Amino acid sequence: MSDLALPAAAVPAAPAGASYWAGVRKRLMRDPVSLVCAAVLLLMLAAILLAPVIAPYGPYTGSVLRRLKPIGFPGYVLGTDEQGRDMLTRLLFGGRLSWFLGITPVVLAFGVGGLLGLVAGFAGGWVNMLIMRTTDVFYAFPSVLLAVAISGALGTGIGNAILSLTLVFIPQIIRVTESVTTGVRNLDYVESARASGAGAMTIVRVHVLPNVLGPVFVYATSLISVSMILASGLSFLGLGTQPPEPEWGLMLNTLRAAIYTQPLIAMLPGLCIFVTSLCFNLLSDGLRAAMDVR
Amino acid sequence: MILYILRRILYTVPIALAVGFVCFMLVQIAPGDPINAILPADAPKEVADMLRRAYGLDQPLPVQFWLWLTHVAQGDLGRSLATGRPVTADLANAVGNTLVLAVAAALIGFVAGSVLGGAAAAWRGTAVDRGAIGLAVVGVSIPHYWLGMVLVILFSVLWPILPATGISSDGSGSWAWDMAHIPHLILPAVTLAVIPTGLIARTVRGVAGDILNQDFVTTLRGKGLRPFGIFRHVVKNAAPNVLAVMGLQLGYLMGGSILVETVFNWPGTGLLLNTAIFQRDIPVLQGTILVLALFFVAINLAVDILQTAIDPRVRRG
Repeated sequence: MSDLALPAAAVPAAPAGASYWAGVRKRLMRDPVSLVCAAVLLLMLAAILLAPVIAPYGPYTGSVLRRLKPIGFPGYVLGTDEQGRDMLTRLLFGGRLSWFLGITPVVLAFGVGGLLGLVAGFAGGWVNMLIMRTTDVFYAFPSVLLAVAISGALGTGIGNAILSLTLVFIPQIIRVTESVTTGVRNLDYVESARASGAGAMTIVRVHVLPNVLGPVFVYATSLISVSMILASGLSFLGLGTQPPEPEWGLMLNTLRAAIYTQPLIAMLPGLCIFVTSLCFNLLSDGLRAAMDVR
Repeated sequence: MILYILRRILYTVPIALAVGFVCFMLVQIAPGDPINAILPADAPKEVADMLRRAYGLDQPLPVQFWLWLTHVAQGDLGRSLATGRPVTADLANAVGNTLVLAVAAALIGFVAGSVLGGAAAAWRGTAVDRGAIGLAVVGVSIPHYWLGMVLVILFSVLWPILPATGISSDGSGSWAWDMAHIPHLILPAVTLAVIPTGLIARTVRGVAGDILNQDFVTTLRGKGLRPFGIFRHVVKNAAPNVLAVMGLQLGYLMGGSILVETVFNWPGTGLLLNTAIFQRDIPVLQGTILVLALFFVAINLAVDILQTAIDPRVRRG
């Protein structure tokens, strides 16, 4: 397979120390784009966490008489959806599931993929061969297709959507972790630690892990944006979240019929996905620059 | 070179077999007994057992895999549970439609991405660069199924100049190059093109930027070559990398068009897959995914070989 899709994993220059993290923080604080994105995301996170407190209505409370009212309709700041439910309330509650569905697979894949990649890179030999060749097989599927295939076969539901997305991201994280670990393993100071009698566990904990964690973490943050789009995409297709549960992708799907009557309202859930995904992407780019990972 | 090509092809064989295995396993992880999908719920147990024997479902898994593989190798992907038609018949038409969409999107992405990336590299550090890179980030961050809806609202609802859904205005379900079809391609192709545009713009900016920093470009400038002449040199050196990214993108688009096809009701593999999922039509699901994945493997192989042919430095063991 071609390696072009793979981000170039650079071997970190120096072991991470306290001054390194102070530098990272200083660089991040000087980057206006990252600051704005972080502020938007924090604001959004606070809003969706406080949804039960700040939302004006219940997420399932609808009214047959008040279907598809426009933005600014008295009592409904952002109008109502096709079942007369308050859009602002649905968007606030919908964000909870969308964020959860988008972030959980990346976290799980970071744990599982990171561990497998570390083992493959550090052990080398047939262990590496076994893990990496299995990874190649998953790379033979475009990621959207793989996600749809697995959750399509397993059936609808939030758990299956998370499982399928996790399986999509694990191979990608394995590849990055393995390539960084292999690079670190062959450095002189690891060699000298081994010569001075350090055990495998000590070498991994003291010398390898601190150098591998940073680049892999940055790579994982860049996956959150993709994961949000894919997770909401699965719900948009009717996999993943099921009605009447509020979720941005599913809301976008059920509002498709309303594009002729209330186009602006039909756009709102997608706008939320877009803003979240864009902010995560830009923040990840900022983090990459600040941490000096290529 | 021939030896390298043979080795690359040989390396693809186990990958293709493993892809087949994953597709075969999709049926195994699917909940429910496939026999129950064919038989009514009150069918006697003997009939179910007979069918199970007839389909070879009473055999151990490896035997079942072998049976399935020999059928696939002969071009037999089974019959649709919903329609009873052979899977290959429905698939052939759908693959053709998706290919048209994916190629159109890849071409739009290639042109738009090259222009954006090229401009960013030529005016690096200026407002042009920031604008182009900003657009590229938007391209990879936007949920493309949402963008499709926005385009439909803009160009079919508010300013109705293009059709909102379907592949033709004459009721035919397959593609043709005539005025009944071409307007239907524009919105879905532009929507799908957003993903490769962003990625190709980033690649072109990176590659072209690196080349512009090399010594030979300084030499060319020093001997008085005009900007257009330098542009020609950059294109020649950047082409292999950019073509490789574009080739891979074509494969991604073939497999990734399911969301766009659903938004625009485009009768391709994505729509076929979508229908199959909700009718629990496992043979269609399995066959479509297998064909798309094998297509992706083949494109990967072709890109690798072409790239090596153009530029021997990228040869991989």
